Amino acid sequence: MLKIRIIPCLDVKEGRVVKGVNFIDLRDAGDPVEQAKIYDIAGADELCFLDITASSDNREIIYDVVTRTAEACFMPLTDGGGIRNINNIRSLLLAGADKVSINTAAVNEPNFVKKASQKFGSQCIVVAIDAKLVFEGKWEVFTHGGRKKTGIDAIKWAQRMEEYGAGEILLTSMDRDGTRAGFDVDLTRTISDNVSIPIIASGGVGNLDHLVEGVSKGHASAVLAASIFHFGEYSISDAKAHMYNAGIPVRLED
Amino acid sequence: MQKVVIIDYGSGNLRSAAKAFERMNSELGLNFTIEVSSETDIVMRADRVVLPGVGSFPDCYTGVAKQEGLLEALNEIVITKARPFLGICVGMQLMASRGYENGETIGFNWIEGDVIAIKKSNAQVKIPHMGWNELDIMVKDHLVIENLCNIAQKPHVYFVHSFHMVPKKSDHILAVTEYGQRVTAMVGKDNMIGTQFHPEKSQKTGLQLIANFLKWSP
Repeated sequence: MLKIRIIPCLDVKEGRVVKGVNFIDLRDAGDPVEQAKIYDIAGADELCFLDITASSDNREIIYDVVTRTAEACFMPLTDGGGIRNINNIRSLLLAGADKVSINTAAVNEPNFVKKASQKFGSQCIVVAIDAKLVFEGKWEVFTHGGRKKTGIDAIKWAQRMEEYGAGEILLTSMDRDGTRAGFDVDLTRTISDNVSIPIIASGGVGNLDHLVEGVSKGHASAVLAASIFHFGEYSISDAKAHMYNAGIPVRLED
Repeated sequence: MQKVVIIDYGSGNLRSAAKAFERMNSELGLNFTIEVSSETDIVMRADRVVLPGVGSFPDCYTGVAKQEGLLEALNEIVITKARPFLGICVGMQLMASRGYENGETIGFNWIEGDVIAIKKSNAQVKIPHMGWNELDIMVKDHLVIENLCNIAQKPHVYFVHSFHMVPKKSDHILAVTEYGQRVTAMVGKDNMIGTQFHPEKSQKTGLQLIANFLKWSP
């Protein structure tokens, strides 16, 4: 049986972790590679870097981070943030990323997703959708960290991105992101039930029950979380044990 | 010094595969050099051959076929000289007779069979089959898949694919996985094995399989 994936996400800015684990035994807690290694050993099912570097001049630093991570961690790695063109994707894949996550560039030019998936294969193209509830049962796509409204219906957008070759959707509720109030399970379920590609639920995880709900109520194939892992509140194995006990199929480490 | 050649025919990044082999080579204290190459004469001198592959079956087949002499070199080293071979993902699928992704494409025909789409049998079956799934090992005495078992569960490995190989002879299937149907996870014949999953992305289990492959003398 295919297992539900638990994906920790690290925010990386100019090659440094800005939101990450506070482990005292790390030589350099700001080094994304050191943190990636910890998650690899802990049995995370995948790892996600979100590059939040503001200046495009410093974008190249992430390639080095990805290279060093891929050399040390034998697990799937996704990189997102600031991907604008085919060359960005090529550089990341050559550095060792397995997948790239595209957000704003997809909204600006939907055909970019089509081109990228034709060129590199659907398996490595993740489309990130930031969605906000506009009224009951209707969510809209936002960009720029939830600040910019696009007028695009999130369900239709997800379907279109599937049609254009996205292999997976990373779905973040902008209403819940950072609130620790749990996933927007209605949003997650609605999108998941309307596409046939896997959905990664994101935004709002504050405890381990939320991870369970993302799957049981939201029908997600994977759950992404940042802060609950980084602050050492819960470990990957706590999360897996909790999900396992709730009847969610997860991969357990021996 | 013995050489493992990872075939580079423009199909994605091979660094993590190379690193995984390097790591197990040094952990086991073996004396292999790990080389990533597409050059015919290097392939011809390989002691072990690894063929990775991401993307579509026809793209990967074309990728191999357009490298001058590579197909012939692979046939020579793997079939005639019978050096241990590992195909990964689409690299494994290419071992089949034919692929049916975006039309019909011939394969290497090393293992008789076809590569066909995974059926979307119900709404829970999302395509691609992406993530960690269990291996149901069908043969018990194959050195490459011994000691993969985890104490708590069956071994888990990382898959990303929408098509899978259906060998004509069931004894070429070394392991399967369940995904709304029986999906071929691993094939083998003589000196050849192929994994639909990515051992280089499958943490401990994957690294163990790579170690086993390095020690395997078929």
